[in-house]
Amino acid sequence: MSSNSNLSTMKRTVEQLKLEASVDRIKVSQAAADLQQYCLQNASKDALLVGVPAASNPFREPRSCALL
Amino acid sequence: MACQGLAKGETTNTLKAESESLKAKLEEERAKLHDVELHQVAEKIDALGQFVMKTRRTLKGHGNKVLCMDWCRDKRRIVSSSQDGKVIVWDAYTTNKEHAVTMPCTWVMACAYAPSGCAVACGGLDNKCSVYPLSLDKNENLAAKKKSVAMHTNYLSSCSFTNSDMQILTSSGDGTCALWDVESGQLLQSFHGHSADVLSLDLAPSETGNTFVSGGCDKKANVWDMRSGQNVQSFETHESDINNVKYYPSGDAFATGSDDATCRLYDLRADREVAIYSKDSIIFGASSVDFSLSGRLLFAGYNDYTINVWDVLKGTRVAILFGHENRVSTVRVSPDGTAFCSGSWDNTLRIWA
Repeated sequence: MSSNSNLSTMKRTVEQLKLEASVDRIKVSQAAADLQQYCLQNASKDALLVGVPAASNPFREPRSCALL
Repeated sequence: MACQGLAKGETTNTLKAESESLKAKLEEERAKLHDVELHQVAEKIDALGQFVMKTRRTLKGHGNKVLCMDWCRDKRRIVSSSQDGKVIVWDAYTTNKEHAVTMPCTWVMACAYAPSGCAVACGGLDNKCSVYPLSLDKNENLAAKKKSVAMHTNYLSSCSFTNSDMQILTSSGDGTCALWDVESGQLLQSFHGHSADVLSLDLAPSETGNTFVSGGCDKKANVWDMRSGQNVQSFETHESDINNVKYYPSGDAFATGSDDATCRLYDLRADREVAIYSKDSIIFGASSVDFSLSGRLLFAGYNDYTINVWDVLKGTRVAILFGHENRVSTVRVSPDGTAFCSGSWDNTLRIWA
């Protein structure tokens, strides 16, 4: 019985690998360019990256100035 | 599963040989497209300036190690869970505790805020994921309305609501991930493929997206189709357990943090690892990772009590943040990217900005 389950596990592994091998891929240069473009396009909105004036960041403003 | 009919001549040996040759073919196909490194493409862009990031709030109240936290979509509330069995909802602006629940188990390793902000999910050594609706009445006993949703056969390591309050995705020490209907507790889909504990999962950041990534003790990161349960892509380059996985904001890539002391970036369309974030001086495991809003920064919490901030494109470290007095177990950037929160085995959470 165990040899049968080993076989079916192996069959599943082979099917899985066939699926993974058939994935459409693009070049790393293309992928990298797209990642970079996304970063640069959104950089201005990224408060942790560019910083925002202390007054508009609720965590940076002094605690005594509570927003009502 | 009944034994499938074997094609003529198939034996364990032929299948094994086929499996080896497919693995080699997969590596070959991936290598063909490896024409450049990410940091080389990024050489032309400006380096980042000096970072000033400080602890702006310290949330004290847990009696033991903080294991997990999540932000509410309102960008100010936070839920955190601890080894002491407590789950606390905080207002991060004021540091006030709004709700507290005592779980029937210790080591509550997973917690998540519902998209509506009206409920939280949590679980751990109880092998379950339970949902607690949050009441406006602070005197109400939240435990009375608890709903058990997920049942695994080993500890719950991570949980996340999908785009609504109606479904939850879980990962477990039993090696599987699962999708559940919150109302009925019904199992909608299960995901098999990891050969050891699954430690983390993250949903793809898209309204229509139907994929998620998981990482585990088998050193693999797997990408899954939520509808079919199929494992569509798999990555195995880490040298030890993957503790945390997080999607890049565009959904085209994801980062991992591992016990091998490195964080790595995998691009889904190139189908390969495209960056490693490591230094000889970093020898402790990375427990948790998250991206800043634009994806340019990667915040990673480590077992050496520090948080390292990495330039995702150039592969360099831009800051080290000190402050926690024990392992950093969880790091999450707020929904609008104005701050990030870290939780630690020193029993506290810190908000950094």
